[in-house]
Amino acid sequence: MNKSRLLRIKNSRKLESAKRMWYRFLKSKLSILGLVMALVSISTALLASLITPHPEDVTKVTHFERKLLPPNLEYPFGTDDFGRDIFSRTIFGFQYSLMMAGVVLVLVVPIGVVLGLIAATRKGLIETVIMRIADIFIAVPALVLALAICSVLTPSVFNAMMAVSLMWWPWYARLTYNVASSLKNEYFVQAAELIGASSSHIMFSEILPNCLGSILTKVTLDVGWVILIGSSLSFVGLGAQPPTPDLGTMVAGGGQYMPDYWWISIFPAIAIAFIIMGFNLLGDGVRDMFTE
Amino acid sequence: MRMSAFIARRAAYIIFTLFGLSVLVFVLARVLPGDPVLIMFDPRTPPEIIEQVRKQLRLDRPLYEQYFYWLRDVATGDLGYSVYTKRSVTFDVLEYLPASLELIFLAAIFEVTGAFLLGVIAGRFSYKWPDNLVRVFSYVGISIPSFVWAIIFQLLFTWFWPLFPTIGNISMGIPSPPKITGFLTLDSLIAGRFDAFVNVLWHAMLPALALCLGGMAQDARIIRTGMIENKDKDYITMATSQGLPERLIMFKYLLKPSIIPAITVMGMDIAGMLGNAFTVEMVFRWPGFSKYGIEVMKNVDLNAIVGVVLVIGVIFAIMNIIADILVAYADPRIRLMERGE
Repeated sequence: MNKSRLLRIKNSRKLESAKRMWYRFLKSKLSILGLVMALVSISTALLASLITPHPEDVTKVTHFERKLLPPNLEYPFGTDDFGRDIFSRTIFGFQYSLMMAGVVLVLVVPIGVVLGLIAATRKGLIETVIMRIADIFIAVPALVLALAICSVLTPSVFNAMMAVSLMWWPWYARLTYNVASSLKNEYFVQAAELIGASSSHIMFSEILPNCLGSILTKVTLDVGWVILIGSSLSFVGLGAQPPTPDLGTMVAGGGQYMPDYWWISIFPAIAIAFIIMGFNLLGDGVRDMFTE
Repeated sequence: MRMSAFIARRAAYIIFTLFGLSVLVFVLARVLPGDPVLIMFDPRTPPEIIEQVRKQLRLDRPLYEQYFYWLRDVATGDLGYSVYTKRSVTFDVLEYLPASLELIFLAAIFEVTGAFLLGVIAGRFSYKWPDNLVRVFSYVGISIPSFVWAIIFQLLFTWFWPLFPTIGNISMGIPSPPKITGFLTLDSLIAGRFDAFVNVLWHAMLPALALCLGGMAQDARIIRTGMIENKDKDYITMATSQGLPERLIMFKYLLKPSIIPAITVMGMDIAGMLGNAFTVEMVFRWPGFSKYGIEVMKNVDLNAIVGVVLVIGVIFAIMNIIADILVAYADPRIRLMERGE
């Protein structure tokens, strides 16, 4: 048996297991719904400037001749106190929410995962220091500490992202640490240690691939949670500032016009729930994929 | 390990974590850009006065020295002076915290009862329509942030269909009971003022509901999963084939092991309400701790911000310990393991 044949067998096995995972994902209709909702959110965010009827309304423009209009054919979600089209602003709000989730997770996942791996493979002082520091960040609800950090910095989209990132890495460190600690006693890891594999090889080539399922599930679910925290920050007024078309800011901005002009708050609020629900359902599907 | 030793170890660990939290928040508040003294005064204040205040507040000393002084004060229950309210932070905490705790307590009651009811119904009628309904509720409930629930409830049940009061925690026409504990509900009961008691509860209904729905949805799902998984266990089959009444099987043999995993999550959810209260209290203008927290944060009142975070950390820790203890009591496996049997 030559090498290329071996490789082909290996690849076909990989394809086979990928097919099986996809099958497990498709078994639940809710996962498919989640995938569709997540894809709709992402594609509307990406194509926002193309599909919105009034892309100019995302900035601080005023059209007083059409302010506070209820939902109608031209303005499906109505207009706000500045006469801006809420539908267009909501679509752009998807952009901000998903950007927030993207930036935070891209920053946080590698840092948290690497720290968790280090803590799990190097027992002793390093482990204690990393995991106890992680505990400190988890000792209060994430929203509270993120709010405190945002307030000390100047409130803005960027600072909100930094504050949430600072709060979020411990969860990945913890998750990876737990999975990796149990993997450490498996025979394949001990075998690698016996042959004298380097600690980075053990961490990244032996242990990490087996943690990916849990990490990926958490990443998918966390898109929703980060968006939730982000919109809560801006809802309170310590995140994105107006006129940024952030969904949380828009919900808060409509508060003073309740109940007569309810559409200003309600449509962005429904949009937040839509994104979070999409990624929650998708996350459940991803979990099914990795559970045999 | 005995229960008391278990609790003592948890408590020691939590004191360590809170100590770390205090360092973190303190450093964040001092190191980040912005001069705390300059924030206090308007720009025209003569520099001598500013320097004097800086000395008085020991802000001219090195950071570790400042932390030491601060920690000494905190140990005696003094959280410092609030630049925004011009009062002691400890005083403000005692003033605003009870209203939030009342709200969270009510929300916790709602959450636990609701989760049990829905979880048991879904588990009993698994894969039939009541179960499907509960599942839909749990997906929707988890996905909708509490401030969105708050706005929807406010719109529907105070304006379009005015069943509940819109804002605040007691009606204008009803005089507050004399302040004894600071908890409006308790004080009303002590003073025998049932009208005030009912009125406060009436105001708390919608905010508490908005706070609890997310957690309720999650817990109901955990209880449901537990009940469905345990249904296939041998001991249930045996109990059924012996002809034990269904109610006994449901509540004694099926529910008990199913709630154990839910207790930890419930504890975390209820403790997490301290965070979500920030948005819900804003919608209903509930005069509580979160409203105070947001005000001091918006005014960059550093002592008060550190105090708010620390107090929430302490409550969060206490709630988690309570959940741990409840789990240890409910689960004989943990209980026996700790006795070394």
